Amino acid sequence: MAGGALTGLTIAAARDALAGGEISARELALAHIAAIEDARPLNAFITETPERALADAAASDARRRRGEAGALEGIPLGIKDLFCTEGVMSTAASAILDGFVPPYESTVSRNLFEAGAVMLGKLNLDEFAMGSSNETSHFGPVENPWRRRGGNRPLVPGRPSARSGAAVAARLCLGATGTDTGGSIRQPAAFCGVVGAKPTYGRCSRWGIVAFASSLDQAGPVARSVRDTAIMLGAMAGFDPKDSTSVDIAVPDFEATIDDGVAGLRVGIPAEYALDETPGDIRALWEDGIAWLRDAGAEPVEVSLPHTAYALPAYHLIAPAEASSNLARYDGVRYGRRVEGADLIDTYARTRGAGFGAEVRRRILIGTYALSAGYYDAYYLKAQKVRTLVARDFDDAFEACDFLLMPTCPSDAFAIGEKSDDPIAMYLNDVLTVPASLAGLPAMSVPAGLSEGGLPLGLQIVSRAFDEETMFRAARSIEKAAGFEARPGPRA
Amino acid sequence: MSLIEGQSGAWEAVIGLEVHAQVTSESKLFSGASTAFGGEPNAQVSLVDAAMPGMLPVINERCVEQAVRTGLGLGAQINLVSVFDRKNYFYPDLPQGYQISQYSQPIVGSGAVEIALEDGTTRTVRIARLHLEQDAGKSLHDRDPRRTWVDLNRAGVALMEIVSEPDMRSPEEAAAFMTRLRAILRYLGTCDGNMEEGSLRADVNVSVRRPGAALGTRCEIKNLNSIRFIREAAAHEARRQVAVIEDGGAVEQETRLFDTGSGTTRPMRSKEEEHDYRYFPDPDLLPLVLDEAFVDGIRATLPELPDAKKRRFVDALGLSEEDAEVLVADRDSAAYFEAVAEGRDAKLAANWVIRDLFGALNRSGLAIADAPVSASDLGALVDLIRAGTISGRIAREVFEAMFETGRDPGSIVAERGLEQVSDTGAIEAIVDAVLAGHPDRVAEYRGGKTRLLGFFVGQAMKASRGKANPKTVNELLRAKLDEGQGRDE
Repeated sequence: MAGGALTGLTIAAARDALAGGEISARELALAHIAAIEDARPLNAFITETPERALADAAASDARRRRGEAGALEGIPLGIKDLFCTEGVMSTAASAILDGFVPPYESTVSRNLFEAGAVMLGKLNLDEFAMGSSNETSHFGPVENPWRRRGGNRPLVPGRPSARSGAAVAARLCLGATGTDTGGSIRQPAAFCGVVGAKPTYGRCSRWGIVAFASSLDQAGPVARSVRDTAIMLGAMAGFDPKDSTSVDIAVPDFEATIDDGVAGLRVGIPAEYALDETPGDIRALWEDGIAWLRDAGAEPVEVSLPHTAYALPAYHLIAPAEASSNLARYDGVRYGRRVEGADLIDTYARTRGAGFGAEVRRRILIGTYALSAGYYDAYYLKAQKVRTLVARDFDDAFEACDFLLMPTCPSDAFAIGEKSDDPIAMYLNDVLTVPASLAGLPAMSVPAGLSEGGLPLGLQIVSRAFDEETMFRAARSIEKAAGFEARPGPRA
Repeated sequence: MSLIEGQSGAWEAVIGLEVHAQVTSESKLFSGASTAFGGEPNAQVSLVDAAMPGMLPVINERCVEQAVRTGLGLGAQINLVSVFDRKNYFYPDLPQGYQISQYSQPIVGSGAVEIALEDGTTRTVRIARLHLEQDAGKSLHDRDPRRTWVDLNRAGVALMEIVSEPDMRSPEEAAAFMTRLRAILRYLGTCDGNMEEGSLRADVNVSVRRPGAALGTRCEIKNLNSIRFIREAAAHEARRQVAVIEDGGAVEQETRLFDTGSGTTRPMRSKEEEHDYRYFPDPDLLPLVLDEAFVDGIRATLPELPDAKKRRFVDALGLSEEDAEVLVADRDSAAYFEAVAEGRDAKLAANWVIRDLFGALNRSGLAIADAPVSASDLGALVDLIRAGTISGRIAREVFEAMFETGRDPGSIVAERGLEQVSDTGAIEAIVDAVLAGHPDRVAEYRGGKTRLLGFFVGQAMKASRGKANPKTVNELLRAKLDEGQGRDE
């Protein structure tokens, strides 16, 4: 099989070809290593690990010969650089962690490697996963492999897992790990025309993942099919006693039920997600999605999530508040960058001033303010109350339906630089993904069509807590009906 | 209550304590690293303690159990739901950039400690709360002229912060409170109470007022690591505040440090310089939820605490209040006494423990745990006295030998031939010899100077080298002296 054919495989297809002996993990790794070299202008990787990939692949092929194949045996993956990987530089795309090589492996990446996965390298992201465009990386912005119809301006791939989305869309890896705090798996998946799934908060361990906002961060897969994300999540998920917020609940075989369809299920359509500014092409796609599900036997029901409008402002207090505290450890004392100053305070200021980019500094300032004496009740506490109401909205909606369908984003991908001067505009792009994050619910984006500009658009499925199976079934139904096969064209 | 005499009249000190007690546990509050004292710097630091990226805290159940045990020992409300918060500030020995503590929802609510006052009355000092928190590491500023060394061995060790209400009215009461609290913690086995190693330390809040008036402005004296320092710092601070006010000034609310050399306090930071700690619930930890069965299980294993023990010593064993208080003040002392008193005359046992053993320990500067005389040997000594084998006087001699050599009393008595002679025949011979040796004294006695009996007893005891049973000596002497006397009456 030629390199291009190998990199174009889904995980499921590669798994079958590996199992059938048609290809080897080594061939698969080599094809991806070559693709990554060719695609360096996309800036999708912070660290490429070709030697590691070949060693992993050799070990994988050896295991397969011994009949010990795991669920992801020989599958080459990109690992978002927010996951600490033992012996491989892990930076969170921040200057303050440039050169940091952890002596430990995050639980999720360990789970993947124990299932046989091959590591291609560490994927670029927004610094500390903060941003909506993947433009804040210390290692430079990642480009979306897609181009607007009739244009050649580089586009953003979306939020922090952007690189994950871009790398998967650009056929640089069969799948990638992402983390989703307010939409960082779903939004880039939508912008890049791939599938991204955020499981229930607590489904995947956060141990070893650089924290952004602890109560929201959740790892999940980005891949090119619903089945692939289900396969990956099955390997990533599981209780971890090292994460107090991880939940001790059995991990079902997500892949086994993805084709069970949606007949007899009720799909909730939340009126509040139809924003005044939602463009016509996105509204139309949403209608298509409802029709596809109805055709598949689901019953559309109108539901209300009345506090939706308050979710975004609440998110933009809670997430920075937690981040301001989570990032306090990057002080130059024990590891990472240190810039010596005249005294301790000066050293802190210089270290953190040089180590953090503008967006990270902005969020630390916002978060610090929100937690300050005298403002805590008005901001942080109020935001937590809103969060409770948002979660209650979903509980109420799930009385009337089994899953929800809505667009993933209110727009298609925007150009690099287009919104970075306007953080509010950038933040607004998370408006449809943030509510499920606040509620801790499983949510995923599946590519369903193209915008008027010829760019991918995603539809979002949200299901009940720990009911990822229904989410995958619904996403699979959309996937089948949408028949989305567009892929980024060759770069000009 | 002891008042402070100022130039303008009497003042009353109002004192409250915030005590930091290191939880006795093998590992730290949120990591598996060891808590052992005295390790090589940074040898007991886990990835979590060093706040490496992506590391997460996991609560150590043993520490929770110890906090609940302490709460129950303080007769306090156990909160079945409590919350860990982050207290945010930057310092090199605080790796996370925040301390995980409990702010608005502590694990233990209000309780009380009874303290005995010098005048024989007691005072109840209310406990406002007890919460669990992490200790910080240690910054060493004196190893290098330019740099600070950081040792993270302590970072993440579990502390209980025990906060009293401002219920103490003198430095002596503050010291008595700390003493009693330390005793309770040691009885419970939840803190070793070792103040020199920093396992137990206190911040002391002091204000002064006219007796009965509204509370004055308080100052907090940080980090006192001995009971004497608590008393001295509180005393100095109260006098300082009185002087400030009497000079026409006003006490500024501030944090102060105690200089152990000069015995004075000096400013550390003012209220304006206080940190804004930006407390918020730690999102890495779920609320701590306990069930009644967990609490009841701990309650069922609580030891008898000092107050209850004291009551029992007085009511059931017949000890005096004073002796009972001395014995219960320290868990090891009480345990020692109980072992000696087991199946024996409790008052006699208390006498030997308090007057002889404690006296000897004091003179040699030893702690009860290091006593060279075991409780069973001291018990055996009491048995020898009770059985009449040796007299109380000989027993003191035997005890001294025991304390010196660590040997049991039986072998010392046997080796030195110290058995008391109760054989009437043998004693009679001694008595007869004494009477024969002092005919004029005998005559004087018979002439009415009956107080000479003591002289004869002394001579007889001396002749027996202390081994004669004094009671028998007495009886025989009296009989023989009186028998040769005319009956006048």
